[in-house]
Amino acid sequence: MSSSNNGFMLEVKGLDKRFGQVHAVKDLNFQIRKGEIFGFLGPNGAGKTTTMRMITCYMPPTSGSIRVDGLDPIEQSLAVRQKIGYLPENNPLYNEMTVREYLQFVGEIRGIKGSKLSSRIDDMYSVCGLSRMSGRQLGHLSKGYRQRVGLAQAMIHNPDLLILDEPMTGLDPNQIIEIRNLIKKMGHEKTVIYCSHILSEVSATCDRILIINEGQIAASGTPDELTQKSSSGTSYNVRLKGDRYEMETRLSEIAGVSSVKVQSVENEWVSLTLSTGSKDDIGEAIFKCAVDNKWSLSELKAETVSLEEVFKQLTRG
Amino acid sequence: MAVFKKEFKSFFISPIAYVFIVVYLVVTNFLFFQGFFLINQADMRGYFGLLPWILLFFVPAITMRSWAEEKKVKTLELLQTWPVSDMQVVMGKFLAAFCFLAIAILSSITIPVTVALLGSPDPGPIIGGYLSAFLMGAAYLSIGLWISSITENQINAFILGVVAIFILFIIGSQFVTLAAPQALIPILTFIGLGNHFESVERGVIDSRDIIYYLSVISFFLFLNVQSLGSRKWE
Repeated sequence: MSSSNNGFMLEVKGLDKRFGQVHAVKDLNFQIRKGEIFGFLGPNGAGKTTTMRMITCYMPPTSGSIRVDGLDPIEQSLAVRQKIGYLPENNPLYNEMTVREYLQFVGEIRGIKGSKLSSRIDDMYSVCGLSRMSGRQLGHLSKGYRQRVGLAQAMIHNPDLLILDEPMTGLDPNQIIEIRNLIKKMGHEKTVIYCSHILSEVSATCDRILIINEGQIAASGTPDELTQKSSSGTSYNVRLKGDRYEMETRLSEIAGVSSVKVQSVENEWVSLTLSTGSKDDIGEAIFKCAVDNKWSLSELKAETVSLEEVFKQLTRG
Repeated sequence: MAVFKKEFKSFFISPIAYVFIVVYLVVTNFLFFQGFFLINQADMRGYFGLLPWILLFFVPAITMRSWAEEKKVKTLELLQTWPVSDMQVVMGKFLAAFCFLAIAILSSITIPVTVALLGSPDPGPIIGGYLSAFLMGAAYLSIGLWISSITENQINAFILGVVAIFILFIIGSQFVTLAAPQALIPILTFIGLGNHFESVERGVIDSRDIIYYLSVISFFLFLNVQSLGSRKWE
């Protein structure tokens, strides 16, 4: 055990990767504490998989350093690989092997032997719900089961760091919920890095999120922090009965309102969207304004900016 | 070693392995016995004379899959993040392929038995012949494996493997050396795979030939490890 890791499972400093002309990862810096479920988020082609490949010793960085529990993936490659469980993108499997043969092979490669290995395989069967599939050929399994075998493969040696690259691709909603619960369960004891381009997935599972775009960090923090960080304030959807032009003038006079937009007019009912520059609650002021002008009010709803929008704002060049 | 075990088993998972061995035996036996009774000599010259040409097609068929398939299905990426070195994986695959080939070659044991029943052959050339068949087969395998590691398509791996082995085989033959410049002849004769086979086959076990085969094998296994590592310099 190394002592110099200050409780960090993973430390990445100035990580840089070029493929010829393509600059895939640019000066990445981040740390992951032990026991965190860490979301690694970005649009396709942002450099997520490349970063994971460097952490898992598949390819070395052009420059910068990586420390996995204090170990260097280049100098102490085999020790680092032993600490990591990796489910690559698209979950490649040896299709001609059966589930049991495959897990046995992976276990042996990881140095687990004999009765220890068969008890680990049984554990994986129960954790991943694979018992009934033991003798099936991997090539004949459904996508959901293949994914579970991929997870079992990644967890069989009880790794300290579990790296999952797009684990939900091609799963149906029920399977997604199952796998999500599985990941949360893992997160109690292990550090998990969860790569995805689907934001709702990551925000439902992860303690902390890092958003990268074009190889650079665009934002990082807890899901709540990221929502708050977004520059735009709250917006209100209002539906009132009365004269539309009068409404536009009166409503824009309310303190804090930066713009008023008419969305639609049906008979006398007018739907408007009010945007504010700040996060102050002006719901009451809107209501008072409606009462003062004797407009009937049928809808008043505050909408905070969703993570989805934060993501869009951050990753749109 | 886990990789060796898995690779060796994977040969026998599909019926292809059995088909392969049966076809190999049928082809070699047929070609051998076709001439054997005509010549009426109790030896295996004819058999070992054919072997380099038969292995030329059979060995790439064994090796074409090994890396090309892993690259195509992308299991190679996973394999290279497991705690085994590239060297271990290469050796595992090579040894598994070698054991498989050895089984195929040894299944032809019926031929020397038949020959011994019909006459009294000199055991020297037969033992020498088998030894050189193993060495040559191993050399072919190392070339085939390397070719497979630089392609992503099995068919390409097969065809390129046949071509590469053929070139290395023919380069030392008289056919080529007659046309080559004088200075190159000893080099070409030495590099050519075939010349070393013939001398061992005659029952003369020369350490130079054994060293030659071992160097060819290590050279191509080394290239194989390098081509796996090439992801690192990209």
